[in-house]
Amino acid sequence: MTETKILAALALAAGATYVWRAAGVFAAGWIRVDGAVFSWITYVAYGLLSALVARMIVMPVGSLHTIPLIVRLGCAAVALAVFFLTRRNIAGGVATGAGLLAFYVSLSS
Amino acid sequence: MTTPVAGKMSVVTMAVREGLGIPGMVMGASFLGFGSMVHESGFELWVGLASTFSGWALPGQIAMVELYGIGASLTVITLAVLFTNARLLPLTVTLFPHLNLGTLPRWRVYLLSHLIAVTSWAVAMRRCPELPDEHRLPFFTAFAATLWTLSMACTAAGYALSGAVPAPVSLGLVFLNPVYFMLLLAAERLRYRLLAIGAGALLGPAIHLFAPDWSLVVGGFAAGTLAFAVERWRRP
Repeated sequence: MTETKILAALALAAGATYVWRAAGVFAAGWIRVDGAVFSWITYVAYGLLSALVARMIVMPVGSLHTIPLIVRLGCAAVALAVFFLTRRNIAGGVATGAGLLAFYVSLSS
Repeated sequence: MTTPVAGKMSVVTMAVREGLGIPGMVMGASFLGFGSMVHESGFELWVGLASTFSGWALPGQIAMVELYGIGASLTVITLAVLFTNARLLPLTVTLFPHLNLGTLPRWRVYLLSHLIAVTSWAVAMRRCPELPDEHRLPFFTAFAATLWTLSMACTAAGYALSGAVPAPVSLGLVFLNPVYFMLLLAAERLRYRLLAIGAGALLGPAIHLFAPDWSLVVGGFAAGTLAFAVERWRRP
């Protein structure tokens, strides 16, 4: 049962991903990427990705939930601060945020 | 800066090398994180590998693993993946005219479109105009296929590492992707996109409190529609 559900989820996710690539091939040349419908879909995509990220940090499902909320938020805030202070260096921000979290875990265990 | 290219073979070599450089490192780190996340969520390795092989679009893959983990329905999973991956359509539409696809059979063009991802798109859009027409397709194919292969290798490596390394490292790896995507979003400069991002960040967790499985779809839908409406209203 679980095996069937995970296979179905994988297949549906793959389809829901590939459909956009195929639609891009199909539509190349005549679709208006700057039209209203596409603009709306793009905004929803940003909103959804942001909701996903916020949920992964604020209410993680996996092993991250063993780390206190304040620590997760603190590490994310430091990553953001480093990112903006280093003229938007993504690698530096990510390394600092994840490194700080690892450092906290090593202190507390 | 760009060295002259003699033949098809050296284009492929150049593309593979470029794929294994900075773009490969960034992508590899993300998939290392994804592999760890798959392990920490209690899935077997083949689930992560199948996801990277068949999807190869990280936000959607993460959404699937997360939503599956909280027992969301297949409808919710499909909708969430569908909306997170909408960006692939404009990427394909804008890149493919640059590849000089000419008389390539349609089925091969459809097959090729699987190799479209943000990283392969960004690099190919930059490099293709400076390459001779006949080298563009081999360059894109070799470059993107290198990244795709690397992504699968890193998914496996992240999965293995997560079980083998001490807790601080494995938790750090799992934390990699939320922080990475948060910074990608924070790097956005367009005002109404930032509105969608801000509203999504507030609505996602808020809706999660009473409708956990629908929070991403409903939150993203509401945040995106709000930003769209405000944009239309402010500059009709």
